[in-house]
Amino acid sequence: MAERNDVLSNPAMSREEELISQVQHGHNELFYELVRPYERRVYAAALAILRNESDAEDIAQEAMLKALANMRQFRAEARFSTWLIQITVNEALMRRRREHKAIMEGIDDHRDEEGEYVPRDFADWREIPSEALERKEVRQKLAQALAALDRKYREVFVLRDMEQLNIQETAEALGISIASVKTRLLRARLMLRDLLAGGWEKGWFSRLPFEKGTKPW
Amino acid sequence: MVNQSPINCEQVWREISNYVEGDLDAGLRTAMDVHFRSCPRCKSVLEGTRNVVRLYGDERMIEVPAGFGQRLKRRLTRSGRVRSNWATWSSWMIPVAAMLLMAGGLRMASSRTIAHPLLSAHAQPGHGVPAEMVVVVSTGAKEFHAPGCPFIHNKDKERTLTAKEAQREGYVPCVRCMRKYLQTADARVGVQELESEAHAEGEDGEGAR
Repeated sequence: MAERNDVLSNPAMSREEELISQVQHGHNELFYELVRPYERRVYAAALAILRNESDAEDIAQEAMLKALANMRQFRAEARFSTWLIQITVNEALMRRRREHKAIMEGIDDHRDEEGEYVPRDFADWREIPSEALERKEVRQKLAQALAALDRKYREVFVLRDMEQLNIQETAEALGISIASVKTRLLRARLMLRDLLAGGWEKGWFSRLPFEKGTKPW
Repeated sequence: MVNQSPINCEQVWREISNYVEGDLDAGLRTAMDVHFRSCPRCKSVLEGTRNVVRLYGDERMIEVPAGFGQRLKRRLTRSGRVRSNWATWSSWMIPVAAMLLMAGGLRMASSRTIAHPLLSAHAQPGHGVPAEMVVVVSTGAKEFHAPGCPFIHNKDKERTLTAKEAQREGYVPCVRCMRKYLQTADARVGVQELESEAHAEGEDGEGAR
Protein backbone atom coordinates (compact mmCIF):
# COMPACT_ATOMS: atom_id res chain seq x y z
CA MET A 1 0.00 0.00 0.00
CA ALA A 2 1.34 3.41 -0.89
CA GLU A 3 2.54 5.99 1.62
CA ARG A 4 0.29 8.91 2.39
CA ASN A 5 1.86 11.36 -0.05
CA ASP A 6 1.67 8.84 -2.86
CA VAL A 7 -1.95 8.15 -1.99
CA LEU A 8 -2.89 11.79 -2.14
CA SER A 9 -1.25 12.22 -5.51
CA ASN A 10 -2.74 9.12 -7.11
CA PRO A 11 -5.91 10.16 -8.95
CA ALA A 12 -6.75 6.55 -9.86
CA MET A 13 -7.28 5.65 -6.24
CA SER A 14 -10.87 5.85 -5.04
CA ARG A 15 -11.74 7.86 -1.96
CA GLU A 16 -12.37 4.59 -0.09
CA GLU A 17 -8.97 3.17 -1.08
CA GLU A 18 -7.37 6.42 -0.04
CA LEU A 19 -9.08 6.33 3.36
CA ILE A 20 -8.16 2.67 3.88
CA SER A 21 -4.55 3.41 3.15
CA GLN A 22 -4.46 6.42 5.43
CA VAL A 23 -6.08 4.59 8.33
CA GLN A 24 -3.66 1.70 7.82
CA HIS A 25 -0.87 4.24 8.15
CA GLY A 26 -2.16 5.49 11.47
CA HIS A 27 -4.64 8.20 10.56
CA ASN A 28 -7.36 6.69 12.71
CA GLU A 29 -9.28 9.94 12.82
CA LEU A 30 -10.40 9.13 9.25
CA PHE A 31 -11.87 5.77 10.21
CA TYR A 32 -15.39 7.05 10.80
CA GLU A 33 -15.48 8.62 7.37
CA LEU A 34 -14.41 5.25 5.95
CA VAL A 35 -17.14 3.22 7.69
CA ARG A 36 -19.93 5.76 7.63
CA PRO A 37 -21.41 4.53 4.30
CA TYR A 38 -21.72 1.04 5.82
CA GLU A 39 -23.32 1.94 9.15
CA ARG A 40 -26.73 0.73 8.06
CA ARG A 41 -25.49 -2.54 6.66
CA VAL A 42 -23.40 -3.34 9.72
CA TYR A 43 -26.35 -2.64 11.98
CA ALA A 44 -28.72 -4.72 9.85
CA ALA A 45 -26.35 -7.70 9.85
CA ALA A 46 -26.10 -7.60 13.64
CA LEU A 47 -29.86 -7.18 14.01
CA ALA A 48 -30.56 -10.17 11.74
CA ILE A 49 -28.59 -12.40 14.08
CA LEU A 50 -29.42 -10.90 17.48
CA ARG A 51 -33.00 -9.65 16.90
CA ASN A 52 -32.59 -6.99 19.54
CA GLU A 53 -31.96 -3.37 18.59
CA SER A 54 -29.87 -2.53 21.62
CA ASP A 55 -27.66 -5.62 21.26
CA ALA A 56 -27.39 -5.00 17.52
CA GLU A 57 -26.14 -1.45 18.03
CA ASP A 58 -23.67 -2.59 20.66
CA ILE A 59 -22.31 -5.33 18.40
CA ALA A 60 -22.18 -2.94 15.44
CA GLN A 61 -19.96 -0.66 17.53
CA GLU A 62 -17.85 -3.60 18.72
CA ALA A 63 -17.40 -4.72 15.13
CA MET A 64 -16.29 -1.25 14.06
CA LEU A 65 -13.75 -1.14 16.90
CA LYS A 66 -12.47 -4.57 15.95
CA ALA A 67 -12.19 -3.52 12.32
CA LEU A 68 -10.20 -0.45 13.34
CA ALA A 69 -7.89 -2.55 15.51
CA ASN A 70 -7.30 -4.96 12.62
CA MET A 71 -7.10 -2.52 9.74
CA ARG A 72 -3.56 -3.55 8.88
CA GLN A 73 -4.80 -7.08 8.22
CA PHE A 74 -7.25 -5.90 5.58
CA ARG A 75 -6.06 -6.78 2.08
CA ALA A 76 -7.04 -4.76 -0.96
CA GLU A 77 -8.20 -7.82 -2.93
CA ALA A 78 -11.27 -8.08 -0.67
CA ARG A 79 -14.17 -5.63 -0.65
CA PHE A 80 -13.97 -3.48 2.46
CA SER A 81 -17.72 -3.66 2.99
CA THR A 82 -17.66 -7.47 2.87
CA TRP A 83 -14.78 -7.60 5.33
CA LEU A 84 -16.67 -5.30 7.68
CA ILE A 85 -19.88 -7.34 7.44
CA GLN A 86 -17.98 -10.57 8.07
CA ILE A 87 -16.45 -9.12 11.23
CA THR A 88 -19.91 -8.02 12.33
CA VAL A 89 -21.42 -11.46 11.71
CA ASN A 90 -18.60 -13.09 13.67
CA GLU A 91 -19.09 -10.73 16.59
CA ALA A 92 -22.85 -11.22 16.58
CA LEU A 93 -22.59 -15.02 16.42
CA MET A 94 -20.10 -15.00 19.29
CA ARG A 95 -22.41 -12.79 21.36
CA ARG A 96 -25.32 -15.10 20.73
CA ARG A 97 -23.31 -18.17 21.65
CA ARG A 98 -22.03 -16.48 24.78
CA GLU A 99 -25.46 -15.54 25.97
CA HIS A 100 -26.97 -18.91 24.99
CA LYS A 101 -29.89 -17.21 23.39
CA ALA A 102 -32.45 -19.73 22.22
CA ILE A 103 -34.52 -17.65 19.90
CA MET A 104 -37.92 -19.05 19.14
CA GLU A 105 -39.13 -18.20 15.70
CA GLY A 106 -42.57 -17.43 14.36
CA ILE A 107 -43.18 -19.28 11.13
CA ASP A 108 -43.63 -23.01 11.58
CA ASP A 109 -41.35 -24.94 9.34
CA HIS A 110 -40.72 -28.41 10.63
CA ARG A 111 -39.78 -29.84 7.26
CA ASP A 112 -36.27 -30.99 6.74
CA GLU A 113 -34.00 -28.44 5.13
CA GLU A 114 -33.40 -30.81 2.25
CA GLY A 115 -37.13 -31.22 1.60
CA GLU A 116 -39.15 -29.30 -0.93
CA TYR A 117 -40.84 -26.02 -0.09
CA VAL A 118 -44.14 -25.78 -1.90
CA PRO A 119 -45.41 -22.26 -2.57
CA ARG A 120 -48.85 -21.71 -1.08
CA ASP A 121 -50.08 -18.68 -2.94
CA PHE A 122 -50.53 -18.27 -6.68
CA ALA A 123 -52.28 -14.90 -6.80
CA ASP A 124 -52.14 -12.77 -9.90
CA TRP A 125 -48.88 -10.92 -9.69
CA ARG A 126 -47.87 -7.39 -10.39
CA GLU A 127 -44.59 -5.66 -9.75
CA ILE A 128 -44.63 -3.62 -6.56
CA PRO A 129 -43.03 -0.25 -7.31
CA SER A 130 -40.09 0.55 -5.08
CA GLU A 131 -41.85 3.81 -4.17
CA ALA A 132 -44.01 1.66 -1.90
CA LEU A 133 -41.05 1.59 0.49
CA GLU A 134 -41.51 5.27 1.19
CA ARG A 135 -44.48 4.30 3.33
CA LYS A 136 -43.46 3.37 6.82
CA GLU A 137 -46.21 0.81 7.27
CA VAL A 138 -45.03 -1.06 4.16
CA ARG A 139 -41.49 -1.18 5.51
CA GLN A 140 -42.82 -2.36 8.85
CA LYS A 141 -44.83 -5.16 7.25
CA LEU A 142 -41.79 -6.29 5.30
CA ALA A 143 -39.68 -6.18 8.46
CA GLN A 144 -42.30 -8.17 10.37
CA ALA A 145 -42.38 -10.83 7.66
CA LEU A 146 -38.59 -11.07 7.79
CA ALA A 147 -38.65 -11.35 11.57
CA ALA A 148 -41.12 -14.22 11.28
CA LEU A 149 -38.61 -16.38 9.40
CA ASP A 150 -36.69 -19.08 11.14
CA ARG A 151 -33.26 -17.81 12.15
CA LYS A 152 -31.26 -19.94 9.70
CA TYR A 153 -33.30 -18.64 6.77
CA ARG A 154 -33.34 -15.02 7.96
CA GLU A 155 -29.57 -14.85 8.39
CA VAL A 156 -28.84 -16.15 4.91
CA PHE A 157 -31.48 -13.93 3.34
CA VAL A 158 -30.23 -10.78 5.06
CA LEU A 159 -26.60 -11.39 4.15
CA ARG A 160 -27.33 -12.28 0.53
CA ASP A 161 -30.29 -10.12 -0.43
CA MET A 162 -29.95 -7.13 1.90
CA GLU A 163 -26.20 -6.98 2.54
CA GLN A 164 -25.46 -8.06 -1.03
CA LEU A 165 -22.76 -10.56 -0.08
CA ASN A 166 -22.36 -13.23 -2.74
CA ILE A 167 -23.17 -16.89 -2.12
CA GLN A 168 -19.58 -17.81 -1.27
CA GLU A 169 -19.15 -14.85 1.09
CA THR A 170 -22.44 -15.66 2.81
CA ALA A 171 -21.34 -19.26 3.31
CA GLU A 172 -18.00 -18.17 4.76
CA ALA A 173 -19.55 -15.57 7.06
CA LEU A 174 -21.99 -18.08 8.55
CA GLY A 175 -19.68 -21.09 8.45
CA ILE A 176 -22.02 -23.20 6.33
CA SER A 177 -21.73 -24.83 2.90
CA ILE A 178 -22.60 -23.15 -0.37
CA ALA A 179 -25.29 -25.78 -0.92
CA SER A 180 -26.89 -24.86 2.43
CA VAL A 181 -26.83 -21.18 1.53
CA LYS A 182 -28.64 -21.90 -1.73
CA THR A 183 -31.23 -24.13 -0.09
CA ARG A 184 -31.93 -21.68 2.72
CA LEU A 185 -32.03 -18.73 0.35
CA LEU A 186 -34.60 -20.46 -1.84
CA ARG A 187 -36.79 -21.21 1.16
CA ALA A 188 -36.41 -17.74 2.63
CA ARG A 189 -37.45 -16.07 -0.61
CA LEU A 190 -40.43 -18.37 -1.14
CA MET A 191 -41.58 -18.08 2.48
CA LEU A 192 -41.36 -14.29 2.38
CA ARG A 193 -43.28 -14.28 -0.87
CA ASP A 194 -46.04 -16.35 0.72
CA LEU A 195 -46.08 -14.25 3.88
CA LEU A 196 -46.41 -11.04 1.91
CA ALA A 197 -48.95 -12.44 -0.52
CA GLY A 198 -51.11 -13.20 2.52
CA GLY A 199 -50.59 -9.65 3.67
CA TRP A 200 -51.93 -8.39 0.40
CA GLU A 201 -55.19 -10.17 1.13
CA LYS A 202 -55.28 -8.32 4.46
CA GLY A 203 -54.84 -4.98 2.75
CA TRP A 204 -51.25 -4.15 3.71
CA PHE A 205 -50.65 -2.64 0.31
CA SER A 206 -54.23 -1.53 -0.29
CA ARG A 207 -53.39 2.10 -0.90
CA LEU A 208 -50.82 1.30 -3.53
CA PRO A 209 -51.77 2.30 -7.04
CA PHE A 210 -52.45 -1.18 -8.41
CA GLU A 211 -55.26 -1.78 -10.79
CA LYS A 212 -58.43 -3.02 -9.19
CA GLY A 213 -58.61 -6.80 -9.01
CA THR A 214 -54.92 -7.44 -9.43
CA LYS A 215 -52.42 -8.52 -6.80
CA PRO A 216 -48.77 -7.75 -6.50
CA TRP A 217 -47.52 -11.28 -6.18
CA MET B 1 -52.75 -26.23 -16.32
CA VAL B 2 -51.55 -26.72 -19.88
CA ASN B 3 -47.86 -27.27 -19.81
CA GLN B 4 -45.80 -28.44 -22.74
CA SER B 5 -42.43 -27.56 -21.20
CA PRO B 6 -39.85 -30.30 -20.58
CA ILE B 7 -39.79 -29.66 -16.81
CA ASN B 8 -42.59 -29.67 -14.25
CA CYS B 9 -43.64 -27.10 -11.65
CA GLU B 10 -41.82 -28.77 -8.76
CA GLN B 11 -38.55 -28.65 -10.68
CA VAL B 12 -39.16 -24.98 -11.47
CA TRP B 13 -39.79 -24.09 -7.82
CA ARG B 14 -36.61 -25.92 -6.81
CA GLU B 15 -34.56 -23.83 -9.21
CA ILE B 16 -36.40 -20.52 -9.08
CA SER B 17 -33.93 -18.91 -6.70
CA ASN B 18 -31.01 -19.88 -8.92
CA TYR B 19 -32.99 -18.56 -11.89
CA VAL B 20 -33.34 -15.18 -10.19
CA GLU B 21 -29.62 -15.27 -9.34
CA GLY B 22 -28.74 -16.04 -12.97
CA ASP B 23 -26.97 -19.14 -11.67
CA LEU B 24 -28.24 -21.76 -14.11
CA ASP B 25 -26.84 -23.44 -17.18
CA ALA B 26 -28.29 -22.26 -20.48
CA GLY B 27 -30.30 -25.43 -21.10
CA LEU B 28 -32.18 -25.33 -17.79
CA ARG B 29 -32.78 -21.61 -18.09
CA THR B 30 -34.31 -22.05 -21.52
CA ALA B 31 -36.50 -24.88 -20.24
CA MET B 32 -37.75 -22.67 -17.41
CA ASP B 33 -38.41 -19.78 -19.79
CA VAL B 34 -40.57 -22.10 -21.84
CA HIS B 35 -42.37 -23.28 -18.71
CA PHE B 36 -43.09 -19.74 -17.50
CA ARG B 37 -44.76 -18.90 -20.80
CA SER B 38 -47.34 -21.60 -20.31
CA CYS B 39 -47.70 -21.73 -16.49
CA PRO B 40 -49.28 -18.73 -14.73
CA ARG B 41 -48.73 -20.34 -11.30
CA CYS B 42 -44.98 -20.58 -11.76
CA LYS B 43 -44.95 -17.13 -13.35
CA SER B 44 -46.64 -15.90 -10.14
CA VAL B 45 -43.97 -17.59 -8.03
CA LEU B 46 -41.23 -16.05 -10.17
CA GLU B 47 -42.58 -12.50 -10.02
CA GLY B 48 -43.30 -12.71 -6.31
CA THR B 49 -39.75 -13.90 -5.69
CA ARG B 50 -38.40 -11.05 -7.78
CA ASN B 51 -40.50 -8.59 -5.76
CA VAL B 52 -39.05 -9.99 -2.55
CA VAL B 53 -35.47 -9.70 -3.78
CA ARG B 54 -35.97 -6.22 -5.18
CA LEU B 55 -37.84 -4.70 -2.22
CA TYR B 56 -35.66 -6.16 0.51
CA GLY B 57 -32.54 -5.23 -1.46
CA ASP B 58 -33.53 -1.56 -1.31
CA GLU B 59 -31.44 0.43 1.16
CA ARG B 60 -34.58 2.02 2.57
CA MET B 61 -35.35 -1.33 4.18
CA ILE B 62 -32.42 -0.82 6.55
CA GLU B 63 -33.09 1.78 9.20
CA VAL B 64 -30.74 2.58 12.04
CA PRO B 65 -31.84 4.08 15.36
CA ALA B 66 -31.69 7.87 15.61
CA GLY B 67 -28.28 9.08 16.78
CA PHE B 68 -26.56 5.84 15.78
CA GLY B 69 -23.70 7.61 14.00
CA GLN B 70 -23.06 10.03 16.84
CA ARG B 71 -22.94 7.24 19.40
CA LEU B 72 -20.57 5.26 17.18
CA LYS B 73 -18.26 8.27 16.86
CA ARG B 74 -18.26 8.76 20.61
CA ARG B 75 -17.43 5.12 21.24
CA LEU B 76 -14.60 5.20 18.73
CA THR B 77 -13.22 8.26 20.48
CA ARG B 78 -13.64 6.75 23.94
CA SER B 79 -11.78 3.62 22.81
CA GLY B 80 -8.62 5.70 22.65
CA ARG B 81 -7.82 4.52 19.15
CA VAL B 82 -9.30 7.64 17.60
CA ARG B 83 -8.21 10.97 18.92
CA SER B 84 -11.01 13.47 18.84
CA ASN B 85 -10.30 16.60 16.88
CA TRP B 86 -11.21 18.53 19.99
CA ALA B 87 -8.52 16.84 22.03
CA THR B 88 -6.01 17.29 19.23
CA TRP B 89 -6.55 20.98 18.69
CA SER B 90 -7.94 22.25 21.96
CA SER B 91 -4.49 23.09 23.29
CA TRP B 92 -4.18 25.98 20.85
CA MET B 93 -7.85 26.46 19.94
CA ILE B 94 -8.88 27.61 23.42
CA PRO B 95 -6.61 30.66 23.55
CA VAL B 96 -7.36 31.49 19.91
CA ALA B 97 -11.09 31.24 20.53
CA ALA B 98 -10.75 33.45 23.60
CA MET B 99 -8.93 36.08 21.57
CA LEU B 100 -11.56 35.97 18.86
CA LEU B 101 -14.33 36.37 21.41
CA MET B 102 -12.62 39.37 22.93
CA ALA B 103 -11.98 40.94 19.53
CA GLY B 104 -15.52 40.35 18.40
CA GLY B 105 -17.05 41.58 21.62
CA LEU B 106 -20.71 42.40 21.50
CA ARG B 107 -20.86 42.06 17.76
CA MET B 108 -20.04 38.38 17.97
CA ALA B 109 -22.36 37.82 20.91
CA SER B 110 -25.30 39.20 18.98
CA SER B 111 -24.43 37.46 15.73
CA ARG B 112 -27.37 35.65 14.18
CA THR B 113 -25.61 34.12 11.24
CA ILE B 114 -25.15 30.39 10.71
CA ALA B 115 -22.25 28.41 9.29
CA HIS B 116 -23.80 28.17 5.87
CA PRO B 117 -26.41 30.43 4.25
CA LEU B 118 -29.88 28.93 3.97
CA LEU B 119 -30.44 27.24 0.64
CA SER B 120 -33.90 28.78 0.47
CA ALA B 121 -34.28 32.50 1.10
CA HIS B 122 -37.92 32.06 2.11
CA ALA B 123 -37.43 29.19 4.50
CA GLN B 124 -37.42 29.05 8.29
CA PRO B 125 -34.49 27.21 9.84
CA GLY B 126 -36.84 25.60 12.35
CA HIS B 127 -36.91 25.59 16.11
CA GLY B 128 -36.05 22.81 18.51
CA VAL B 129 -35.03 20.29 15.88
CA PRO B 130 -33.15 17.54 17.78
CA ALA B 131 -29.52 17.99 16.71
CA GLU B 132 -28.80 14.28 16.40
CA MET B 133 -32.01 13.31 14.65
CA VAL B 134 -31.27 11.34 11.50
CA VAL B 135 -32.56 13.16 8.44
CA VAL B 136 -32.31 12.80 4.68
CA VAL B 137 -31.21 15.43 2.16
CA SER B 138 -30.62 15.26 -1.57
CA THR B 139 -28.33 17.23 -3.84
CA GLY B 140 -30.09 20.12 -5.52
CA ALA B 141 -32.89 20.25 -2.96
CA LYS B 142 -33.27 22.74 -0.10
CA GLU B 143 -35.06 20.84 2.61
CA PHE B 144 -34.14 18.04 4.97
CA HIS B 145 -36.66 15.31 5.65
CA ALA B 146 -37.50 12.47 7.99
CA PRO B 147 -36.47 9.16 6.37
CA GLY B 148 -39.31 7.95 4.21
CA CYS B 149 -40.91 11.35 3.69
CA PRO B 150 -42.75 11.20 0.34
CA PHE B 151 -41.62 14.70 -0.57
CA ILE B 152 -37.92 13.91 -0.95
CA HIS B 153 -36.74 15.01 -4.39
CA ASN B 154 -33.82 13.55 -6.35
CA LYS B 155 -33.95 10.27 -4.45
CA ASP B 156 -31.04 8.91 -6.44
CA LYS B 157 -28.87 11.62 -4.87
CA GLU B 158 -30.10 11.41 -1.31
CA ARG B 159 -27.85 10.95 1.72
CA THR B 160 -28.37 10.57 5.43
CA LEU B 161 -26.94 12.85 8.11
CA THR B 162 -27.92 14.47 11.38
CA ALA B 163 -30.24 17.46 11.59
CA LYS B 164 -27.37 19.53 12.94
CA GLU B 165 -25.22 18.69 9.94
CA ALA B 166 -28.08 19.36 7.53
CA GLN B 167 -28.74 22.76 9.06
CA ARG B 168 -25.07 23.60 8.99
CA GLU B 169 -25.10 22.91 5.26
CA GLY B 170 -28.01 25.30 4.85
CA TYR B 171 -30.86 22.83 4.53
CA VAL B 172 -34.17 23.78 6.13
CA PRO B 173 -36.92 21.59 7.62
CA CYS B 174 -39.43 20.06 5.22
CA VAL B 175 -42.71 21.91 5.64
CA ARG B 176 -44.59 18.58 5.69
CA CYS B 177 -42.69 16.02 7.70
CA MET B 178 -40.93 18.59 9.93
CA ARG B 179 -43.93 20.84 10.37
CA LYS B 180 -43.91 20.68 14.14
CA TYR B 181 -40.51 22.37 14.20
CA LEU B 182 -41.80 25.26 12.13
CA GLN B 183 -44.97 26.20 13.97
CA THR B 184 -43.20 28.18 16.67
CA ALA B 185 -40.13 28.84 14.65
CA ASP B 186 -37.92 31.56 15.86
CA ALA B 187 -35.10 30.73 13.55
CA ARG B 188 -32.40 32.56 15.40
CA VAL B 189 -33.01 30.83 18.71
CA GLY B 190 -32.84 27.39 17.10
CA VAL B 191 -29.68 28.16 15.24
CA GLN B 192 -27.99 29.64 18.27
CA GLU B 193 -28.84 26.53 20.24
CA LEU B 194 -27.27 24.39 17.58
CA GLU B 195 -24.19 26.56 17.41
CA SER B 196 -23.63 26.61 21.13
CA GLU B 197 -24.16 22.86 21.30
CA ALA B 198 -21.65 22.35 18.53
CA HIS B 199 -19.05 24.39 20.42
CA ALA B 200 -19.76 22.49 23.61
CA GLU B 201 -19.26 19.12 21.94
CA GLY B 202 -16.01 20.16 20.39
CA GLU B 203 -17.09 18.79 17.05
CA ASP B 204 -15.07 15.61 17.33
CA GLY B 205 -16.31 14.19 14.04
CA GLU B 206 -16.27 17.19 11.76
CA GLY B 207 -12.69 16.76 10.66
CA ALA B 208 -13.44 13.30 9.36
CA ARG B 209 -16.20 14.39 7.03
